[in-house]
Amino acid sequence: MLARRIIPCLDVRDGKVVKGVQFRNHEIIGDIVPLAKAYAEQGADELVFYDITASSDGRVVDKSWVRRIAEVIDIPFCVAGGIKSVADAGLILEMGADKISVNSPALARPELISELEHSFGQQCVVIGIDSFFDKESGQYQVYQFTGDESRTQKTRWQTLDWLKRVQELGAGEIVLNCMNQDGVRQGYDLTQLQLMRNACKVPLIASGGAGAMQHFADVFEQADVDGALAASVFHKGIIPIPELKAFLLERKLEIRP
Amino acid sequence: MSLVIVDTGCANISSVYCAFQRLGVDAKVSRDLTVIKNASRLLVPGVGAARQAMANLRERDLIATLQQAEQPLLGICLGMQLLTDRSEEGDVDCLGLIPGQVKRMQVGDLRLPHMGWNTLQVEDSAQNHPLLKGIGEKDYVYFVHSFAVAPSDTTLARCNYGSDFAAVIGKGNKLGAQFHPERSGAVGARLLQNFLAFNG
Repeated sequence: MLARRIIPCLDVRDGKVVKGVQFRNHEIIGDIVPLAKAYAEQGADELVFYDITASSDGRVVDKSWVRRIAEVIDIPFCVAGGIKSVADAGLILEMGADKISVNSPALARPELISELEHSFGQQCVVIGIDSFFDKESGQYQVYQFTGDESRTQKTRWQTLDWLKRVQELGAGEIVLNCMNQDGVRQGYDLTQLQLMRNACKVPLIASGGAGAMQHFADVFEQADVDGALAASVFHKGIIPIPELKAFLLERKLEIRP
Repeated sequence: MSLVIVDTGCANISSVYCAFQRLGVDAKVSRDLTVIKNASRLLVPGVGAARQAMANLRERDLIATLQQAEQPLLGICLGMQLLTDRSEEGDVDCLGLIPGQVKRMQVGDLRLPHMGWNTLQVEDSAQNHPLLKGIGEKDYVYFVHSFAVAPSDTTLARCNYGSDFAAVIGKGNKLGAQFHPERSGAVGARLLQNFLAFNG
């Protein structure tokens, strides 16, 4: 049976792992390579490295850390942030990343998704979606440039429409970050994830809101997602991965021990 | 002992290279026919689509060399699929080293690509196969693919996603893994180690 994946996300800024609350006030957690190695050893199923500076400030970012990660870890990993072209993606894949994740640049130029699929195959192409529930309109809205508060802005896309569009264009996996929940550790946005799951024919990864082991069980059982991504609960040692996996196995969920 | 990773122009070459490096083996990455012919064992990596990969091999004049290779050869993921007769992905003839056809996976309501960790089931006939030494039931390995080879008498281990498919195949010293051993933790490392010791 295919196992549900536990995916620590490491937000990277200037070669360091950082974490903020609701995308703000980033604090340094530690160096990338030892953290990556530790997570692989603890049983993480996959890692995501999200370069939060890249998309929002437009400069060319040093990605040599990708190669250093590829040398030490033996589980799959994905790199996100600042990938605007087939050439950008090719460089990161050549350095040893298994997948690349694209967010704001795909919103700016959706055909980038098809170009990536044709060049590297659907399995490499992950689309990150930052989705915010607007209480006034009652709509899920896609946001962009969420790595930088001053540039974060609403797009013309409603989340469900964009989710369908990126699949048509060749996305191989979707990471749905529910912004209202991000960093506050009150649980994943089950309502939203259930809605998006029904429209998602490729693997769907939940992001934003994990605070307790029960939240992981809930999101797998109730929203049928393929993987659950989290950051602070892992970085701060609130949930050790071996304990989380034992808990989920007891719940009879399909998990790689 | 020289291990050559055949430079197929596909994207997972450095992760395969690093995996062998972790096992203490400094592999050569090459598309040079002489280097490939003189290798003591060959690894064919690959991600992406079969048609493009076969076109790369043709352009690099590698097809006959690989078809005539006498040394142990391991194909990984798309590299495994290229060892079979034919792929439905782009409807293209492959190397024909191991009998089999690559077809789009039939998974019903399940999601494609089949992406993530899944369990292996070693065939009864392959319980003592040297490539699978120390690898058993319930061992999880990492898959990423939408096309697969149906189980047959060349199957050494199978996996199930919607239906059974071949996870490890072999004929003589030509071997293939549909999953990514370079990204499958200790189990994957074990398979690569077994390949390095393979004398069949």
